[in-house]
Amino acid sequence: MSSYNVIKHEVSKEPLIHITKNSAMPFWKSFLIRAAAVAIAFLLCSILSYLMIGANPLEFLKTFWDGNFGINAAASKIVIWKLAKDTAVLLCIALAITPAFRMKFWNIGAEGQVLIGALAAVAVVYYSGDKFPDWLLFLFMLLAAVAAGIVWAVIPAIFKAIWNSNETLFTLMMNYAATYFVAFCLVKWTPDGSSTLGELKRGHLPSIGHPYLLLILTVLLITGLLFVYLYYSKQGYEISVVGESQRTAKYIGINVKKVIIRTMTLSGALCGLTGFMIVAALDHSVTTTTVGGRGFTAIIVSWMAKFNPLVMIGVAFLIVFLNQGANRLATNFRVGKAFPDLVVGVIIFFVIGCEFFIRYKVHIRRKAPAAASVSGNVAEGISESGEGSGGGGGDGSGVVEASGEARSDEAVNETVNDTEKEGNAK
Amino acid sequence: MIVFEFLLNALAIGITFLYGSMGETITEKAGHLNLGIPGIMSVGSACGCAVLNVLCRDGCPVHPVLIVILALLATLAGGALMGLLYSFLAVSLRSNQNVTGLAMTIFGVGLAKFIFAKLEVDGVFYTRSTKYFRFPFANTTSSLQYIGILVFLGIALAIVSSVVLSRTRVGLHLRAVGESPATADAAGINVTKYKYIATIIGSAIAALGGLFYIVDFQGSQEAYLTVEAMGWLSVALVIFSTWRPYVSIFGSFVFGVLYILGSYLPSFGLKVDMATSNLIKTLPYVVTIIVLIITSIRNRPENQPPASLGVSYFREDR
Repeated sequence: MSSYNVIKHEVSKEPLIHITKNSAMPFWKSFLIRAAAVAIAFLLCSILSYLMIGANPLEFLKTFWDGNFGINAAASKIVIWKLAKDTAVLLCIALAITPAFRMKFWNIGAEGQVLIGALAAVAVVYYSGDKFPDWLLFLFMLLAAVAAGIVWAVIPAIFKAIWNSNETLFTLMMNYAATYFVAFCLVKWTPDGSSTLGELKRGHLPSIGHPYLLLILTVLLITGLLFVYLYYSKQGYEISVVGESQRTAKYIGINVKKVIIRTMTLSGALCGLTGFMIVAALDHSVTTTTVGGRGFTAIIVSWMAKFNPLVMIGVAFLIVFLNQGANRLATNFRVGKAFPDLVVGVIIFFVIGCEFFIRYKVHIRRKAPAAASVSGNVAEGISESGEGSGGGGGDGSGVVEASGEARSDEAVNETVNDTEKEGNAK
Repeated sequence: MIVFEFLLNALAIGITFLYGSMGETITEKAGHLNLGIPGIMSVGSACGCAVLNVLCRDGCPVHPVLIVILALLATLAGGALMGLLYSFLAVSLRSNQNVTGLAMTIFGVGLAKFIFAKLEVDGVFYTRSTKYFRFPFANTTSSLQYIGILVFLGIALAIVSSVVLSRTRVGLHLRAVGESPATADAAGINVTKYKYIATIIGSAIAALGGLFYIVDFQGSQEAYLTVEAMGWLSVALVIFSTWRPYVSIFGSFVFGVLYILGSYLPSFGLKVDMATSNLIKTLPYVVTIIVLIITSIRNRPENQPPASLGVSYFREDR
């Protein structure tokens, strides 16, 4: 079969959709797209919950509102504080992993780092008994938690920095090592074999005005500090450069290994701090589900906020708001505890999906250009002659479609060059 | 005899990891780190169990073979749909793969728990179906009572997918897409199509692991709560087997041994308390970490993850 066996097609194979990169989009526009995505997803959720559990949209909204802001004054006091507390914890974990993520170090081990921090804080209380005064006990708890978090985060970082081990998979494994280590300690600490530690007698952070207030203020303080660190300090700048391009970083004299290890130390320390606060301010105990998947949700929060600590406040609030609303819906309509995960999942899918329309421009075909179809057919002829003998059934068609797509992206004469290249490659 | 039972059980639980890791390997070969595998396994098993629940409600009026086939098809369909969702987001919309995968897991595990909660309200019948997944001639004394049809199907699939990945043109193209999509694209391979098909097939296969775990290995009502952990172990097994399905047959057995070792040590006459058996459960993860470290230190190209793993491909990027 000759390479120039051109068959004339009347129908152009110009693909219907053609994508190009969007250059900078004004903030209001990208914000509108994201808001629209959340709104559509929310609408979809209300339709879904109508179909699945028979809650009409009005009830849906009302339950969501009640779940977060309460029906009457007494109830609202409780749920708003819970909303703020959950937001603060999720925000704090998201903040902790952000420095690493800005460096494109995919630390998905926050779950384990927070848990091991919490465990260390509990261990200090468990083993110290009444030896220390309160302030010293808090100090030791904090130090132990931070140190444990650092250890859990720095091990993958060292291997990443020196031998370029895959950090995503490494940190993922560390999560489970932490979980079972906690299970191990719990059995050791509970002589009756129940594995439930119960509330610790000591190590409760003092309540200022409200039991949650200290936690919330601390997280807000961390948010501010981290924002300044990431955007206005030399180290923050180095993180951004390493994230953008390790080669560039090396070229301008940044010690990439040092930055990776230092940033992960910070990340792990913040995770440990979160663990300390969960123990000292909220739970006063530890179980294998103390973090309860929030380490993973925080990754999504951090990413949705484009790694900006200030935006993260809003995103964390949104996720907790949805969760709490859906929770109330699940309780009121007795559909099981898993319903909130469904709602949050759908919303996250939409937010993830809408990023595409911010980063890329979609062009939909209007008229079929006539000249392009001929050169495309040349490509088709060649690829078929190359593949026909050796390839399986599926291959041929795959190649044809590929050359069809190639045509749309380049100008006609470029496509001819491409076609020649393909011919040579075969 | 207890050793024999132990090894057979290790083999059986290992098959859960084998399915999951096989699916993940196929997906990763196309350059997609699908962290949604735990969610996909959950949803797939939920679909399979929902079908089984209907079929087994009234003492199984349908032919056993049909029951198994329908359950498998439902599981495959559930997994494939989740794979399609992932592909649409991560391939077509080029979203961040880690984030998409984690969202898939959150959503998938939630959806599965929702379905299973519904089944519990209706009455649980799918646990009755375990016997249909065993061979009809396997009586209670034979070793086949531990390993059913899905065990052999899993091993066969692993061998087939190994051959396809390393010995056929389709496999070559798929690996090219995962190593360097731009090069593959220039060579005329339809990158999008390969990514889609690999992810969908991979998700469908992984889903079988979830069904196997719930219906065949555990056969209990609470089993669905632990599918997620099985999914993460499957992701670990991919690293352990250095992206080769035929190694993961052996690897899944090792993982199985490590996973149930803690609960069997007392019957071997070794004194083990509860605490230590929890520590033993970290072994699969620790071993995986060690493999990850060794492969990255040795830095041999054939033991590395696909080069473009985790990176979205956009043709006009340079």
